[in-house]
Amino acid sequence: MLKSLKKQNHKLSSPEGQIEVLDDAEAINIPAFKDKISDIGLLPLKPTSIEIFQVNVGKMCNQVCAHCHVDAGPDRKEIMTQETMQQCLDAIRDTDIKTVDLTGGAPEMNPSFRWFVEELSAMGKQVIVRCNLTIILANPKYNDLPEFFKKHNVNVVSSLPYFTAKRTDAQRGDGVFDKSIKALQMLNAVGYGKKGTGLKLDLVYNPAGAFLPGDQGTLLDQFTKKLLEYDIEFNELFAITNLPVSRFLEYLVKTEKYEDYMNELVNAFNPMAAQGVMCRNTLSVSWDGYLYDCDFNQMLELKVNAPSHIQEFDIDALTKREIILNQHCYGCTAGAGSSCGGTTA
Amino acid sequence: MKETYYNKEDLKKFGQITEWQKELGDKFFDYYGSVFKEGALTEREKSLIALAVSHAVQCPYCIEAYTSDLLKKGVDEEQMMEAVHVTAAIKSGAALVHGVQMMNQVNDKLM
Repeated sequence: MLKSLKKQNHKLSSPEGQIEVLDDAEAINIPAFKDKISDIGLLPLKPTSIEIFQVNVGKMCNQVCAHCHVDAGPDRKEIMTQETMQQCLDAIRDTDIKTVDLTGGAPEMNPSFRWFVEELSAMGKQVIVRCNLTIILANPKYNDLPEFFKKHNVNVVSSLPYFTAKRTDAQRGDGVFDKSIKALQMLNAVGYGKKGTGLKLDLVYNPAGAFLPGDQGTLLDQFTKKLLEYDIEFNELFAITNLPVSRFLEYLVKTEKYEDYMNELVNAFNPMAAQGVMCRNTLSVSWDGYLYDCDFNQMLELKVNAPSHIQEFDIDALTKREIILNQHCYGCTAGAGSSCGGTTA
Repeated sequence: MKETYYNKEDLKKFGQITEWQKELGDKFFDYYGSVFKEGALTEREKSLIALAVSHAVQCPYCIEAYTSDLLKKGVDEEQMMEAVHVTAAIKSGAALVHGVQMMNQVNDKLM
């Protein structure tokens, strides 16, 4: 199994190392993202509201995906404590935030994961879990996750890069496709993705290489048809662009595709997509309780322009903050746009 | 020194052909854009046809452009290779069907 960049002591495992590459826009002859946003009158970029509270409960994962922007893996030990989870609960209890989006690593590997979901559910929040699917089969103690998700009406959002084993395994590891198919069938068996159950099972497609995702609707048609061959049903398909952060950035640099990919993102800049970027309605919390504009800023340790720890959560200040931008933001504004919920335009 | 008539970077310059003849160049790109819009055929179907034709006309720029386009559209390797086999079948068939001419000639010339 691959090691994380951090375990390898790779230069691009550090936020500083990544920002050094991203900041050198002149070297690859592309404009600064801030200038692009300024050109369309969106600078300073401000939140529209805070509707989604995304919590990264840890970097530990049973997989080591080639494109992972978290640099997650079995060798990552960062994990959110129950105390920090409690601080999250206290922070959002009396707010209008209705959706809590749990991610990782494999969020289910956090020992307090189930407690957190139960507390959020009891509070009336809609919970999303970014499930990598294989975790359900990784250990008998996770086999009942489909029933647990069902009990709390969790919206399961699962990565499945492609509907063939070759491309999926190349990105996520040998055998991942077959295990993912089995896990999807287990989720279907308890009602997920089935009409009339209200149990939402959404899939995430992201390209297995240095190219942009195509039209989300066209991809949905293909995934629907291909997965029916395995008797699998699901609800939505979110097409997501790979952002040049962490392991995907390392892949781009190593294969000398960085310049071409960044130019492709810049050429595909879509002002309409920029209007709907996820940082305008989402807040991201790291395993150690710091606040970020999005999951990608979190990995680059670009903390919010406001009191930046969950202990000092200030919804008014956060709603008025200026969102921090960098060159990786081109990933969210290319083509039809990209966010955790798929295309934005 | 590796040098060929084909340069990968030239694909990015394709749009510049309008600089020396704007009217005809613009007409071409307008037409080209219209051809590849969704119509009686889907964009995906048109891209697969384009990939097959690219192999028939042996245009490396077109092969690169439509391979990238089809990857974006989520088309898998098997489907792309089947499109190339369609080209191969037509090209080999086109050679073989002329064998009938050869047979006609032979039959005409022999007693």
